[in-house]
Amino acid sequence: MTSLNYDGIAEIVDTITSSREELNNASTPLRIVKLDRRQFLKMTGAVGGGLMLSFSAPKAIANKDTGAFQPNGYVKIDSSGIVLYAKNPEIGQGVKTSLPMIVAEELDAAWEDVTVEQSRIDQAAYGMQFAGGSTAIPMNWTALRRAGATARSMLVKAAANRWNVSVDALTTESSEVIHGSSGRRATYLELANEAAALDVPNGDSVPLKDPSDFHILGRRVTGVDNEALVRGEPLFGIDQTVPGMKYAVCQKCAAIGGTVKSANLEDIKKMSGIVDAFVLEGNDNAGELLPGVAVVADSTWAALEAKRALNIEWEETGASTDSWSDAINEAERLRHEPGPRVVDIGNVDTAFANSVKQASGFYRYAFASHAQLEPQNCTASFSDGKLELWAPTQTPGAAIMSAARIVGIQPTNVTLHQKRCGGGFGRRLYNDFVCEAAAIAKHVGVPVKLQWTREDDMAYDLYRAGGFHQMHGSVDENGKITGWRNRFITFTNDGNRPVSGGGISPGVFPGGLLENIRVEQTALEWKNRCAAWRAPGSNVFAFVVGSFLHELAHIAGRDHLEVLLEVLGEPRQLGPRGMHTGRAAGVVELAAEKAGWGRELEEGRGMGVAFYYSHAGHIAEVADVSVSEDKKVKVHKVTVAADVGPIVNLSGAENQVQGSVVDGISTMFDLAVSFENGRVQQTNFDKYSMMRMPSAPEIDVHFVRSDYPPTGLGEPAFPPLAPAVYNAIFAATGQRARTMPISEEGFTLA
Amino acid sequence: MNIKINGESRDLGDLDLRTPLLWVLRDELNLVGAKYGCGISQCGACTILVNSVAVKSCSYPVGSVGDADVTTIEGLADSDGELTAVQKAWIDLDVAQCGYCQSGQVMAAEALLRAIPNPSDDQIDQAMASNICRCGTYIRIRDAVKSAANELATDVGGGA
Repeated sequence: MTSLNYDGIAEIVDTITSSREELNNASTPLRIVKLDRRQFLKMTGAVGGGLMLSFSAPKAIANKDTGAFQPNGYVKIDSSGIVLYAKNPEIGQGVKTSLPMIVAEELDAAWEDVTVEQSRIDQAAYGMQFAGGSTAIPMNWTALRRAGATARSMLVKAAANRWNVSVDALTTESSEVIHGSSGRRATYLELANEAAALDVPNGDSVPLKDPSDFHILGRRVTGVDNEALVRGEPLFGIDQTVPGMKYAVCQKCAAIGGTVKSANLEDIKKMSGIVDAFVLEGNDNAGELLPGVAVVADSTWAALEAKRALNIEWEETGASTDSWSDAINEAERLRHEPGPRVVDIGNVDTAFANSVKQASGFYRYAFASHAQLEPQNCTASFSDGKLELWAPTQTPGAAIMSAARIVGIQPTNVTLHQKRCGGGFGRRLYNDFVCEAAAIAKHVGVPVKLQWTREDDMAYDLYRAGGFHQMHGSVDENGKITGWRNRFITFTNDGNRPVSGGGISPGVFPGGLLENIRVEQTALEWKNRCAAWRAPGSNVFAFVVGSFLHELAHIAGRDHLEVLLEVLGEPRQLGPRGMHTGRAAGVVELAAEKAGWGRELEEGRGMGVAFYYSHAGHIAEVADVSVSEDKKVKVHKVTVAADVGPIVNLSGAENQVQGSVVDGISTMFDLAVSFENGRVQQTNFDKYSMMRMPSAPEIDVHFVRSDYPPTGLGEPAFPPLAPAVYNAIFAATGQRARTMPISEEGFTLA
Repeated sequence: MNIKINGESRDLGDLDLRTPLLWVLRDELNLVGAKYGCGISQCGACTILVNSVAVKSCSYPVGSVGDADVTTIEGLADSDGELTAVQKAWIDLDVAQCGYCQSGQVMAAEALLRAIPNPSDDQIDQAMASNICRCGTYIRIRDAVKSAANELATDVGGGA
């Protein structure tokens, strides 16, 4: 049967993401439950070997031959200008701008003098190149500073040689080297030739700037592709064309795991504009190549028309029969049974027995689709045993490995051109679409652009898993929380461990903060693919634990803010990758202050607060909402306080936070994917309604200026949004909603 | 057949008249600014102008164009490449995240400001509600539309 193998991608994500939440899933006890009435063939869990995570060191490359000054993979200067290379995929997180800003800062270039280009995919030169886990800034910060500083030091040396003065007599400013005492100046462009002739010094030996001298970092810088975007220039994978290119589509089985029994291929081939139609065999790895029928045509429209005319008989023995309603029923039963303990600290049973008050709540969240706006596509050309790919992927290195395997060549014979991605959110960590394009290109022998429809995208996503939590907690006579039990019911694809993003760990909030805490975990077998979705794990756990904390504060008769700060306690670091409670309390207090926490509100209006630590980011959010009699919710304002260390690009950082808040509201109100008989019920955006502009609230963003190392912002502002709004709705109405999306409890977005 | 796109008459040969304009633009004319997002007029990534009115090109058959003027995002800048107030505002306010929807957003904003030069907040929200931004840049889109409207009002002497 089909296995799932993501070539180590899930491991990358699990390892680098969030707090300690994603860690050690494999070693935590887990009960596996087959869903009632269902015959599941076990998916064998062959998860790819761990890739080493390493900080990428700038590496000297030969530059003396080209005439250009190119001391490493990030900087190229010649008489025509300064080019900085952005190493990682751009998916909307802003790294094509922010990473080169770091290089430019230490290079002491004027930002206006810089042109940014996407680098080639070359992990020997750049280290790991991928977009995921909010890691680009923390993983590359030091290496990029050294890359810029190295180039600067060589330009200074070149000027010192030219003027026969000491390097100590020289300074730099705005892409120029200056000899202060004589007033001589030379631009970097003028010095490039001479600098190219010098030996590249060890990057560790070059001095870095004092942060107080930064003049680019922390500024508002507009995205480097913005002008090309508003001119409609080709940037994205979908915009790619190559000479002789044909257009491909592929129809796969509505129930994942189904294979092609027969298809009306001859009828299809007779249609106008059709080049070929054929059965594409899967490769027994649902993470790479799913079986289906491929159609290659002269235009996208001809291919789509043929796709509609396909008549395929599917073999569905062993295909998915997943049912969300069955899962709900099973979870309803399991929530009354203890599960294996992921963590059991203190004694919750004693704490409950000795408590003054107890509360419980059964929380549930649906599956969700990534819905990145650019449907999956990839352009591929295969000839003479070589494969060329133009791919909007988050993991180009893994894409090369997978595609090489699919077409049966060595990875060294694959060239991948990184294309801008129309959104990612984790979907493009997985390269099934790249594999499909490679297989089709090899079969037809001409370059093809594979285009998934939105319907394909919704049906063959790797979803954010749904889940269930039976929560139970207690407070003592002082209203202090004494016991906390989180009984979690999740899903497993491989029958061995929870799906990526669906595994809970001992560190899940409020782990490490309470004396008596127990977390249990049970997994339901599930065939539809699940994987990382923006802020994996945290994106749903924050909703549950952030809401339930408020439930306990409420039964204690205390202010939620006060209880939250009490739980965080004295400032301390919780383990090497855990939160710092002082930074946590700092953002909670700041968000509360800026939002005007505690002020009098009119009837039907309420405020809610939540904090969550993920992806090394400490973020607190306060939501201010009104709820009408008919449960229409107006989110007036969301106030965010974030501590992610120094800010690289203030404009980009603020945009990520605002976007995370909008995404958070959109997801908590309306977004759900459900399955019956293995089939996804939501086929397009008419049944998967993302938030539109009229519902967008005011969003007030505050960054704490801390001296901690900088960390990423693509994800951590997402998790606290849902609990803040759920808590605000409770404050406004007295009604506790425990289902996400909340529209399933009748609350709709005004 | 011929259609008028960005001020030029373009010969399309004998094309299936039901072909959505989006795919004609992208595959036949190499105008890839308009994007495919959903194919059912839900997301607005494919928005273009037909006689200055915003149209979802994914669901607009090329046979319906007739002698109307079609404008795509590639046709907004003037012959010297000078950008419109809307395009400039999008750059100045750093609206985009992934940027995939932004071509459609810019075209929807152009259509709005051609019809209503000084829109109210509510008119902006309603006009732009046809376009989804998955990254959630609505606040900046709203600000950019307002900024462009102000710029245009200043240019023509207070909108007289």
